[in-house]
Amino acid sequence: MRNEVPSECKLVCIPDEHEMFVKAGRPRRGCQGMKKSLISDCRLAEGRQGMSNQRLRVNANSFAFRMRPQGSSRPDDAKHRQGMSTKFLNTTGLPYCKGCGHHLIARNTAIALEKSGFAPLDTILVTDIGCHGIIDRCFNTHTVHGLHGRAAALGAGITLGLSDPKKKVVAFIGDGGATIGLQHLLEAARLNINMTVIIHNNMLYGMTGGQASGLTPCGFRTTITPEGNPVAGYDICALAHTAGAPHVRRIIGVGDFSEELTEAFKADGLSLVEVVEICPSYGAKLNPGTKLDTIIEASGQKIGLWQTGNKDAYSLQCRENLPSLFEKTPEIKVEFGSKLKRPFSIILSGSAGEGVQLASELLARAAISSGLRVTKKGSYPVTVGVGFSTAEIIISPRGIHFHGISEPDLVIITSKDGLRHNRKRIEAMKCGILFIDESLEPPETAAEVVSHNFRGMGPRNAAIFAVFFFARNSGLISISAMIKAIQDRGLAGKIPIEKMKKNLEGVV
Amino acid sequence: MPGRKDELVLIDGSRIIIEASVRAGAEIFVGYPITPANWLYLYATQRFPIILAAPDEITTLQWMAGLSAAGKTPVTATSFPGFALMKESINMAFMMELPMVIILAQRLGPSTGSATCGAQGDLLLLRGLISGGHPVPTLCISDLDDCWNLSASAVSIACKLRTPVVLLTSKEMVMTLRSFDLSDLSPIDPIQHRFYSGEAAYLPYADDQNRVPAFLPVGNNRHQVRLTSSTHDTRGLLQHSTDEAMANTRRLQEKIVGNLPDFTYYELDEMEGSDTLIFSYGISSAAAREAVRLLREKGIAVSLLIGKTLLPAPPEYFTILDKYERVIIAEENLSAQYCEILFGGRKPAGISTVGSIGKMITPRALVEEVAGA
Repeated sequence: MRNEVPSECKLVCIPDEHEMFVKAGRPRRGCQGMKKSLISDCRLAEGRQGMSNQRLRVNANSFAFRMRPQGSSRPDDAKHRQGMSTKFLNTTGLPYCKGCGHHLIARNTAIALEKSGFAPLDTILVTDIGCHGIIDRCFNTHTVHGLHGRAAALGAGITLGLSDPKKKVVAFIGDGGATIGLQHLLEAARLNINMTVIIHNNMLYGMTGGQASGLTPCGFRTTITPEGNPVAGYDICALAHTAGAPHVRRIIGVGDFSEELTEAFKADGLSLVEVVEICPSYGAKLNPGTKLDTIIEASGQKIGLWQTGNKDAYSLQCRENLPSLFEKTPEIKVEFGSKLKRPFSIILSGSAGEGVQLASELLARAAISSGLRVTKKGSYPVTVGVGFSTAEIIISPRGIHFHGISEPDLVIITSKDGLRHNRKRIEAMKCGILFIDESLEPPETAAEVVSHNFRGMGPRNAAIFAVFFFARNSGLISISAMIKAIQDRGLAGKIPIEKMKKNLEGVV
Repeated sequence: MPGRKDELVLIDGSRIIIEASVRAGAEIFVGYPITPANWLYLYATQRFPIILAAPDEITTLQWMAGLSAAGKTPVTATSFPGFALMKESINMAFMMELPMVIILAQRLGPSTGSATCGAQGDLLLLRGLISGGHPVPTLCISDLDDCWNLSASAVSIACKLRTPVVLLTSKEMVMTLRSFDLSDLSPIDPIQHRFYSGEAAYLPYADDQNRVPAFLPVGNNRHQVRLTSSTHDTRGLLQHSTDEAMANTRRLQEKIVGNLPDFTYYELDEMEGSDTLIFSYGISSAAAREAVRLLREKGIAVSLLIGKTLLPAPPEYFTILDKYERVIIAEENLSAQYCEILFGGRKPAGISTVGSIGKMITPRALVEEVAGA
């Protein structure tokens, strides 16, 4: 579970002054004095977007980092000064290490939700695995605690399921969760899902021992990069904004940032706020003396707000009363007869794109209209546009349980691809019939071989013509039944029926 | 049936599964394309009131969990590679107790295997789906009638038991066309959602009637709802291995196993005087049915059991199997997976298996196993 605060790392949180003070090692004399001496380094500009006046310092020796906003506190920040919002938070004792910025994110979130006009039961807080994710019990909202890195996707599902703009879904993730769940963030941004994602970016995996994440800046030390992270972290804000999120913000996670969160909560569509903070257990300890603003500046990333106006949030399209799939599956009337007395199995094989599956389907329909039972199995490589295409058809006067064919009664080959795919099967035939295009050399087989010019109708009609040839040759299915099947499929104008019939005139 | 009008069509299992799922009350299909589940996705886009195209299968399951938490009943369809990505999230949905249906159309493995070749190789994966060994209700389709009936049952069980349900099928069932009489299908009653309506604070994981907690969607204005994937108490609050949390984890097991009689489906065709039983499920049921027909034609007495509820394994199967001197278990895989689930690593005397990979088990193989070559 969450990491315990190392004994040498202590923190004093002074929310009423918007200050935090972390100290490692034994308490030092003159602690308050040091706080005063550092105060000039820890100013947050009134506008709070410009980094130039904002200083946050991690002291190498005292291990102290602190921040103080310049000027007076905001008039509506009374609740923040008290350290909690009673409407949304049910405790002052948040479950985080002392000095962890997650405290402030939780409190600012609570204040901002209230400022935004949401009631606790209007709000669904979705959290990841990670230190931030154990906040659920402290919130009076609906809470959903899921897997590591998936809160943005889970939250998106909830948002879509509710489809209610009066409800607010807030997804809490960490920088680790943003790494493993990057696709979910980008997809939520692309679709512009109406929710807010708050990234707790403390630049490492705190819960599991301080490892580097995809958001760890270059040079930042973690337990697996003691010499400094060798590569740059993702600019998650740039990614999300580029992917389509209309409201994206990066802030330093100190003091009162409830206004920024309120803006995010009120924004339409996907709003994402990256809150940069430091993990007191690992980040502060491994990077003494490092300033957060310096880290961000060095990374080339900016503190700021990126907005795209007038972009509609994704909404589900609900299509009521769609017709049954059965209405699109035309009923086949028994209008013809067949002299077939036993199951008869056919393999029809040719090249992809030459109508093999369509021809076999037409044959199957014609068989049903002739009072027969049918199965039709297709086989083809995964690249459906090239290579072989094979259909296995069984027609039978009685019900068919098993639709596989071990020993076909008839094999029809209309192309080289089909021959290649079925050569062994043809060679193994001890009886039965082989219809093969006259351009192809028949394999050695005990089957009766009938060569015919199927491809003469053009490659695209070869398989359909071969099925007509079977109908005429066997007498098991009437040509009329075949023509009816073509008409029922709306293909009468596309298949040269008359030409085929004429070609078959000499076939017995 | 007197006066009944035949309604003959040429149809595949995919269309029947999707139609039945919608009629049973599922509203949303979340899809990510994969062979051989792609026809299910295609037909779902034509029939489900709401369609979502997910960017991957992890997102698919996470969206489904969110939709389910909000009170919807989502369905997806996939094959092993996609199912493997869903696995952690199915655990989450199982732990959160979120209704949903996952249709698993099996294809030949291992790994990406052969996308367009059928198989029955995923059953052990399903048996080990949940960390902790809890069974996820798994129904397996043996013919087009099952496509209709079991699909509706899957939706119903998912909602009644607050759980993900796996509807197991394979390439040969969902992509093979057959002549079929639609007038054989019985009407399907849509599920009626019964959400928690009490005044007292809602406990999302209360040990309610039949061990199934009442359901209430998140976002409602009456009661706070807490859902969690981690070990938790009845309030949905994360706990370590406290007594209350362990009671909840036990309840999850008992919820599925204890309610098994309500979703035990099988087909038993016993022949008087027979001491041999063929036991099969899924796509191999077709060969089993044909083999039994051929054997009886030859005057050989043989009985047939088609299992449709596979997980948890219904105790009725053992009762039936115990009555026969010889049992032949037919499944299209290498290691007789359901036999292993039923009997472990050591088959009892009198039980033999017929398997196959890369092609369907044939009726002839079963006839030879029963009657000798």
